[in-house]
Amino acid sequence: MTALSTKPTDMETSSIDTKSIESKYKMIAENVTVSYDGIDAVKNVTMKFKEKSVTALIGPSGCGKTTFLRCLNRMHDMTKNAKVTGKVMIDDIDLYSKDIDPIYHRRKVGMVFQKPNPFPTMSIFDNVTAGLRLNGVRDKRILDEIVEDSLKMAYLWDEVKNDLKKSAIELSGGQQQRLCIARALAIQPEVLLMDEPASALDPIATQKIEETITELKKDYAIIIVTHNMQQAIRVSDYTGFMYLGDLIEFRETKKLFTDPKDELTAKYVQGHFG
Amino acid sequence: MNSIQNRRQEYRSLFKQNVAKRLLVDKIVRIIVFSCVIIAIIPLGSILVEVFKNGITAISIEFLTETPGSAGSGEGGIGPAIQGTLIIIGLSSLIGVPIGVMSGIFLSEYGDNKLARSVRFFNDVFMEFPSIILGIFAFLIIVLVLGHFSVWAGAFALSLIMFPIVARTTEESLKMVPITYREAGTALGLTKWIITFRIIISAAKSGMITGILLSVSRIGGETAPLIMTILGSSQFFSSMDTPMDALPLRIWRLSLLPYDSAQLQGWGAALVLIIIILGINLGVRYYFSNKKNLFFGKLIKQRRNTIK
Repeated sequence: MTALSTKPTDMETSSIDTKSIESKYKMIAENVTVSYDGIDAVKNVTMKFKEKSVTALIGPSGCGKTTFLRCLNRMHDMTKNAKVTGKVMIDDIDLYSKDIDPIYHRRKVGMVFQKPNPFPTMSIFDNVTAGLRLNGVRDKRILDEIVEDSLKMAYLWDEVKNDLKKSAIELSGGQQQRLCIARALAIQPEVLLMDEPASALDPIATQKIEETITELKKDYAIIIVTHNMQQAIRVSDYTGFMYLGDLIEFRETKKLFTDPKDELTAKYVQGHFG
Repeated sequence: MNSIQNRRQEYRSLFKQNVAKRLLVDKIVRIIVFSCVIIAIIPLGSILVEVFKNGITAISIEFLTETPGSAGSGEGGIGPAIQGTLIIIGLSSLIGVPIGVMSGIFLSEYGDNKLARSVRFFNDVFMEFPSIILGIFAFLIIVLVLGHFSVWAGAFALSLIMFPIVARTTEESLKMVPITYREAGTALGLTKWIITFRIIISAAKSGMITGILLSVSRIGGETAPLIMTILGSSQFFSSMDTPMDALPLRIWRLSLLPYDSAQLQGWGAALVLIIIILGINLGVRYYFSNKKNLFFGKLIKQRRNTIK
């Protein structure tokens, strides 16, 4: 494993590489249906996520955005009464086929949760490196490099570089969330799932996270659930609007917000309901 | 007029009623709670005071190290009993704690099925079993089969008392750890056992330690199962296959003797037992509360550094 190629120092000068958006699909969800105790929470959703792009999922509370997001790395395996049908292809491998070990493929898919959840008994350093150390990476040089790179990408490095040994729960809520982003980046995923990552952050931290997302786009496929439509407009290339478990509309962000095809989408993006 | 505003005024006035009465009830409840605590503490405190007052006069170096003298002579000590108690607690913990912790992990992390529900039920029943029955059980399957009293039988009986307590408290403390940590670990591509052993257990550590200490204190004072298994002895430990002494047994025997000197020694032995249990509790808590003092942690770090 080598050090990450992207450094935050060249973030300001970077521009979005529009050509790379034309590239192939990184992840494809086909006819995904999720039901809890027989009641469908996500209904037959098909979405394709391109490499090096940001896709936002928007929609009112309870529309199934988060439930759908959690399908993309088989987090529903942990919920006993949830049943998932359909396909989730990552690099032509179906995550849900019988002979696949989800443990291996989850390492390709990083996830940031809505509420910050750093491991409470670990230091900052140990939190960032948890996914590596606990999977057997011991080389101190590599761990040090990854900690620095990941924390810089999550815009936390300057605030914690002098006390990496400090317990993670001594950080503020916003710092904890950025630590969780760093932790997810440290396993060098190819796809990054974010479940309202900025809902616990102040505007400045939110702006930093959004800059991070824009920067990470060079290397990752990012799928972000958000309540904040302005945020979806700012960071995403594609936006999917979900309502009551259905994917109503899924298009380029600009088009979805300026020229929605569906009446429901139009009402939602204009703020008539939410 | 505007009816909702009038009603709101009415509702607000409701909150001003009975203020004096509510404050009084608050005070009364507080008094009841405090007096119950005091009622509970008085007997506990007086036992401690009594044991300390009577026991302290019996304690000397000879009393702590020598074998018992002839009955009623007031000579000799409880050396074999102290040694035996430490051996039996250590041995029972070695058997009972790992099995209990593993069962607790099973119940908490893999416990959403029929097998686990029945295990949990029998575990709870087992926890309330009279200890003499466990002693008789150990007597039947070990002592009678081997043909002699045995330290193993004692450790077996006491570990049977330990492991349901450890299993239950472990399960409860693991369940207290929020699911979000398990999710975070899962999303990092970690296997279930690594999540459980490296993340969840360290978060649940203090609750688990409390349970283990509770079970150690419980077996430290058990007498009945020991009568059936290690019998008691006035000699120091010689082998696993001969009778051994333990403090609860010695206290029981001394208290049955009609001599004042023996009774005094009994008080002394009781005081020693309390101090041992207290010492184990405080020691273990101190050891785990202060990470920098982790002896083994230091050793491991030194070893790692020398390897580099």
